[in-house]
Amino acid sequence: MSTLLALARIRAARQGRAEPLRQVRHYHLVDEPLVLVTAAMAGEAAAPLACMVGTDRHRPVLLTVSQPRNRDQQQAFYAQLAAVVLPYIRRRENALQQLPTHTGKAARQRCADAPQLIVANRATVEHLRLVGRSLRFQGSREPGTTQAPVALLGRWLTFFTEQADYPGSCLLLPMTRQLAAHWASGQSALEDESLAALLAWIEPPSGLSGAEAALRTENPVEFPPAGPATDPTFDLVELEPRMRAHRHALAAGDHTSANRSAAKLERALDAQLRPTWNQLWSALALLRAIPPAARCARRWDDDRDQFTRHSLHLMHGGPPQPVHDHPVEAARRLAALERASHMFEDEQALDDPFVLAERRAAGAAFAGIVISREPDRQARSPKGRRVLRPRFTVRTDDPPPLTRDQDLLNPHRPRATARIHQITHEQSGTHLIIMEITSGMGTPSRPAADAVPELGERVCYTASPSQWAQPEFPSRDQTPWTHSHPVPPAPARDLDPHDADPA
Amino acid sequence: MTSLLSDPAATARAAVQTVLDDLAAIDRTGGRGVVVDSPPGAGKSTLVRTAARDLAKAGEPVMIIAQTNNQIAGLAAGLAAENPGLRLGRLSGEDYAAARSPLARFSNISIDTKIIGLNECAIVLATAAKWARVKDHRWRWAIVDEAYQMRSDALLLVASQFERGLFVGDPGQLDPFTTVTTERWTGLTYDPRHNAVDVLLAHQRAAVVERRLPVSWRLPASAAALVSPAFYPYTPFAAGVANGVRELHFTTAGVRSPLDDTLDLARRTGWALHQLPARHTSRTDGEVAQAAAGLAARLLARGTVERCEHHPGGRPLLPDDIAIGVVHRDQAEQIRRLLPGTNVPGAERVVVDNANRLQGRQFEVVIVVHPLSGRRDATAFHLEAGRLCVLTSRHRHACIIVARAGIPHLLDAHPATDPVHLNVPVKFPDGWQAHHSVLNHLQIHTIAAPG
Repeated sequence: MSTLLALARIRAARQGRAEPLRQVRHYHLVDEPLVLVTAAMAGEAAAPLACMVGTDRHRPVLLTVSQPRNRDQQQAFYAQLAAVVLPYIRRRENALQQLPTHTGKAARQRCADAPQLIVANRATVEHLRLVGRSLRFQGSREPGTTQAPVALLGRWLTFFTEQADYPGSCLLLPMTRQLAAHWASGQSALEDESLAALLAWIEPPSGLSGAEAALRTENPVEFPPAGPATDPTFDLVELEPRMRAHRHALAAGDHTSANRSAAKLERALDAQLRPTWNQLWSALALLRAIPPAARCARRWDDDRDQFTRHSLHLMHGGPPQPVHDHPVEAARRLAALERASHMFEDEQALDDPFVLAERRAAGAAFAGIVISREPDRQARSPKGRRVLRPRFTVRTDDPPPLTRDQDLLNPHRPRATARIHQITHEQSGTHLIIMEITSGMGTPSRPAADAVPELGERVCYTASPSQWAQPEFPSRDQTPWTHSHPVPPAPARDLDPHDADPA
Repeated sequence: MTSLLSDPAATARAAVQTVLDDLAAIDRTGGRGVVVDSPPGAGKSTLVRTAARDLAKAGEPVMIIAQTNNQIAGLAAGLAAENPGLRLGRLSGEDYAAARSPLARFSNISIDTKIIGLNECAIVLATAAKWARVKDHRWRWAIVDEAYQMRSDALLLVASQFERGLFVGDPGQLDPFTTVTTERWTGLTYDPRHNAVDVLLAHQRAAVVERRLPVSWRLPASAAALVSPAFYPYTPFAAGVANGVRELHFTTAGVRSPLDDTLDLARRTGWALHQLPARHTSRTDGEVAQAAAGLAARLLARGTVERCEHHPGGRPLLPDDIAIGVVHRDQAEQIRRLLPGTNVPGAERVVVDNANRLQGRQFEVVIVVHPLSGRRDATAFHLEAGRLCVLTSRHRHACIIVARAGIPHLLDAHPATDPVHLNVPVKFPDGWQAHHSVLNHLQIHTIAAPG
């Protein structure tokens, strides 16, 4: 926890209300997200119990299972869910944008919009990951045959949950994470995983403090859990008796009373999911009220690229995501995850003065006044050409930055990167930092007008988000000897023999 | 087995010769390589240089893969000075190219940014990151230095360039670093976050010979007696230097102060724990930082002289013979700011850095800010055995630890709770146990200082 985050939490606890952590919203929100609340049956992994899903706050679709252990009912449940989710996705797959050739990238297509799934918490993401894994290998894998909707749903759910691992991706958003990213509550990070408690801190009902309101949400009758796990008392008092009544009525051939008990079960599950459904929409409204960050759009472009790529992969009959990454794929994914994480952190600092302040407090950024400048300074490049390398000096009260040998950026002059050339300590405890512009300064004959800050200007520098070149990974069949067994081991007969085999 | 060997030099020579014989015999045995585990200061670099020279002399072109540019500069300079007749190549990025390189003064080292310019060289050195950009080039031999600090995904990018490898490294030090926490690859033999040696052994154990170096030349006997059982419980090593060969003494008398008491204890026993009163603090604890800077300054102010096998007549301790090891970069920055304020000439040149950056380096006296000092919790990061091992195994004479009291209680309140996963080999020692061993040892070396 950074010092400023600790401070914000202390302030939130003292004032009885959450403290804003961000000035802008760092996650893109689409106009029509698909909101999903799920409940699973206790005791069996990924056994669905109920799901409330839809794009309209006032018209949710409720799907329930009267006997979660029954595989046919599970299958029917997922078929119904696919009938809601797949058309939502398909509408976005069909609207394509044409991108022209751009610095080294060939012309290509990108979906004009992408689907966005909103769920309550991380636990729901993990549940969907498990559901995706259990569904995506179903049905025929012969090329050319059409995919069963349930298997297709599994592949899309896997896609969304995998994308959710990338910091800054907005295709699947767990709401507690979004809220906790933008507000500091006065409770622990573990308690922040409860959507109701977190909302209570952000918007306590009038007359109550955040802590009092959060305490109220611990009553599972008024505030049922946000899923996928249900309240054990609900399981015992409502769920179990109704399921039993339904089962007995069916066994006795009494269809009237079976229908009646099924309806009762559905009403009970509706009452369990509806509060979370409403909280999710309130939370969405809270997030929408924060103005979006400038660099949100770039990350959403990346998201749309990923969506387009997966859509094409499905269209061309590509295989489902394997159970385990291949060695090369694992390395590639790790590199991509690290890159996304750096990019997201650096971009937030440029977009948001609050994040920049956090960085200054941690010594990862510094601010000061420009006291001298050499905008026309020239130097020789390694190849011997004359190049423009303007320098300027900043006097700062901040401790000297920890990041040397790195391109830095000033959020107010985002086109010119600079590096620290020299740091001198002054008697008064301040520092003089000589900066050299390393890109965006133009050429000696045509210097860029706004690259060098003016005398007396207050500047702030932090790490520049750099799209450093990804290394070239070998192809699958070029996996080196250090990463493969000399003799392939017996293929794991886990879920799918073709994909479970890592060799 | 941490007692002194009767003839450590002969034992060490024999171990190196075994490795060289393994390398020479590999074509006969059909093996893919040799892994050499080396405790701190056991002559790892010497082994790398000797092996590279032997292979090159046998007509086998060798690529040397190191992890940082500094490591390469050290290796290349050593190789060039010892073997004036050998053509060496340094493959480097633009930043380190020709003119600015510290290697430019050697006439037998060619420096180029492209492999094609180094075709004539018998040995080519580059960082793993630079080798990853070389295409369509194959070597018979690669020597991987600091292999335990190389990440599996970095090895994946270069491993197809060579047929056989000598992997040298210290298994007790810090594992490679990543900020990505996911269980996606947990239990897979090729988890890209593993180190290069683990991934190699997981796939090719049958084709790889495992050796280790048995003698630490850096650590004094006082340190080997703790570091070996605490951090290398199943692969003991001994100190190569006998008791009494190395000595510190002060040319000026001390004053009665906790700082000087601590220095006296460290001088006599090789260890000291400078203990401040228990308190929960932020990680930039002002009093601990002040104490660490003060100890370094007093060492210089008292005109410390070290006597050892290289300087039997004694030589005064210089500022850069002293290091202050910390955990976080902001702690290092804080202590660096305090050093000039001690008003001791040269104090600002004392080396202050975090464990990751001190890895592989050696000093006469090391002052360590304990990773758990002043903390309210013991996270996996702060408990990591490798971090404590790096900090407590950099010194040739003495190691002084600065900490708040109460760490044993903190450890007992935070037993290791990391989940155990299928197919993931358990690593020894675990950090919790290692921390307890070290603290236990330091109990009789404690000087209590007022806050």
